[in-house]
Amino acid sequence: MEYFLELFFGGLTRGSIYALIALGYTMVYGIIQLINFAHGEIYMIGAFVALIVAGICTIYGMTGISVLILAGVIAVIYACAYGFTLEKIAYRPLRGAPRLSPLISAIGMSIFLQNYVLLVQTPDFLPFPSLIPDFAFMEPVAYIIGSPELVILVTTFVTMILLTLLIKKTRVGKAMRATQQDMNMARLVGVNVDRIISLTFIIGSALAAIGGVLVASYIGQVNFYIGFLAGVKAFTAAVLGGIGSIAGAVLGGLVLGWAESFAAGYISSDYEDVFTFGLLVLILILRPSGILGKTRKQKV
Amino acid sequence: MKKTALVLLSLVFALSTVATGFAADTIKLGVAGPHSGDLAPYGIPAMKAAQLVVKKINAEGGVLGKQVELLIQDDECKPEKATNTATKLVTDGADVVLGHICSGATKAALGIYKDAKIPVMSPSATNPPLTQSGEYPNFFRTIASDDMQAMLAVDFAINTLGLKKIAVLHDKGDYGKGFAEFAKQFVEASGKAEVVLFEGITPGAINYDSIVGKIRRDGAEALIFGGYHPEASKLVQSMKRKRLDVAFISDDGVKDDSFLKVAGEAAEGAYMTGPKDLSSIPLNAAATAAFKAEYGADPGAFFQEGYSAALALLNAIEKAGSTDYDAVNNALRTEYVETPVGKIKFDAKGDAEGVGFSVYTVKDGAFVELK
Repeated sequence: MEYFLELFFGGLTRGSIYALIALGYTMVYGIIQLINFAHGEIYMIGAFVALIVAGICTIYGMTGISVLILAGVIAVIYACAYGFTLEKIAYRPLRGAPRLSPLISAIGMSIFLQNYVLLVQTPDFLPFPSLIPDFAFMEPVAYIIGSPELVILVTTFVTMILLTLLIKKTRVGKAMRATQQDMNMARLVGVNVDRIISLTFIIGSALAAIGGVLVASYIGQVNFYIGFLAGVKAFTAAVLGGIGSIAGAVLGGLVLGWAESFAAGYISSDYEDVFTFGLLVLILILRPSGILGKTRKQKV
Repeated sequence: MKKTALVLLSLVFALSTVATGFAADTIKLGVAGPHSGDLAPYGIPAMKAAQLVVKKINAEGGVLGKQVELLIQDDECKPEKATNTATKLVTDGADVVLGHICSGATKAALGIYKDAKIPVMSPSATNPPLTQSGEYPNFFRTIASDDMQAMLAVDFAINTLGLKKIAVLHDKGDYGKGFAEFAKQFVEASGKAEVVLFEGITPGAINYDSIVGKIRRDGAEALIFGGYHPEASKLVQSMKRKRLDVAFISDDGVKDDSFLKVAGEAAEGAYMTGPKDLSSIPLNAAATAAFKAEYGADPGAFFQEGYSAALALLNAIEKAGSTDYDAVNNALRTEYVETPVGKIKFDAKGDAEGVGFSVYTVKDGAFVELK
């Protein structure tokens, strides 16, 4: 039973990490039907910015939670700037183009950003300080779930709820939904579509940066390639849960995390990825639009 | 001291005049390896080492009062060429052979030397069966075999730390999996401990918490990991986070400063095998200096091993008192010789004792060699 709990919470942590990154993917897809492959790179850049800020903070003698908040905020600002620019340079000129064009452009940006960081930073792994302190009250259960895991878990769920509220309850959210349903019609009724799409990218990038900071602090190492690896898993989670659906991304992430954890724990970690992607194939055969995905009516 | 040098010198002169008279009366040291082609950089340093050693020994009076003559043959690291090379060396009357360089070429040539009763010593062929199969009693080497690290790691876990239940993990790569498979084999062969878990982990995964949980469930007392530092860092971090306190033992791929930097506190107390620190051996520095003086560059791969092999072979002839096959073989196994890779003799299988790897541990953020 204890072993089961360990695997359960291990999977929950992994899953919520995937979910945290998948939220950004799914949100951008939900609004403009574009898979932003450069999302993982924004996540990586967020982690790098946080690493630099944390380094500076440490020099000035700051410690603990204040460093985490400062590094997080600056990473988010940076990532938003990157997201905004990315959309302006790589996606906006292709707005009217066939759907494949922005997809290829997104892959190009992903490769560009990876190599950019590789060249200006380093190809090596860098140590990332663990910014989340060990809470003393967690000690008795720390071997099952520790404080960094708890922080990630809470962040993922809070983000999911805030994002849902933003889209369902606010004016901006209404504009986003309108843009998603019909871009031209939204423009006609006075929605500034370009601004809404920029905003979508900015929020998506902010989520990526938050994920980057928390996950890097949890894993303890960063390099230019982490965004790609995390991106693949997060994308899988988003598709599994039904891409475009906020709750689906979280559910997809958790299912993926649990599948990995239980496959490694009860079968063999040799086959971890085999079972995980086997599960993905199975779910997509049974439910082509993902667990919570809506089947969109095709316009004829 | 000066007097003996003078006597030796006159002896050299006396002998060299004799040697010109009886050309056959030399000790013939064959050298085989790739001296041309892609793999030449692996063969040329050992050849130059042999030349340096022979020059030095001849200047000091030779071996058993005879001058040493080099027979150099190129095998390009190709097994089919190596058999020709070996036949040529045998026909030319080589007494001992330094070579070959590549494991494949060495294996191909060994049978010919065995039939001709010629001791062979490689500075670089690391393939384990070359010595372990027992097929080639005429074969020796001055480099550790591929499974040496695993043997050392297992020996350390079982005999030094006294642990009985061992989990073996690897990163599914050639290097890590090879190490892990040897480790598993040695644990099982020891009869003193058991492998409770043998699995591959996925490189680049977010964490290894589930495998750490599995190690705890299976009651392992030590984790032997084959792979490189990024996964090793995550493993020790997962272990620290999951409050799992078992010995972590790994390989040379982990003995990298990145492991210290990235794993930080979690790296403390981890063990790993790595090449022995040879810098404190005086002969090592002397051999390098001799090379630099002669060629004005740094010696390349397998230079120290080649230098050691040439020294060991000639020393054995000297100690044996003749070039007789059994006597030389016996001398190699019983007489210690000072070489750039340490003071060595060879075990029954032909591996140099005490060559190769040491166990290191991480203490206060630095690697410390355990003696």
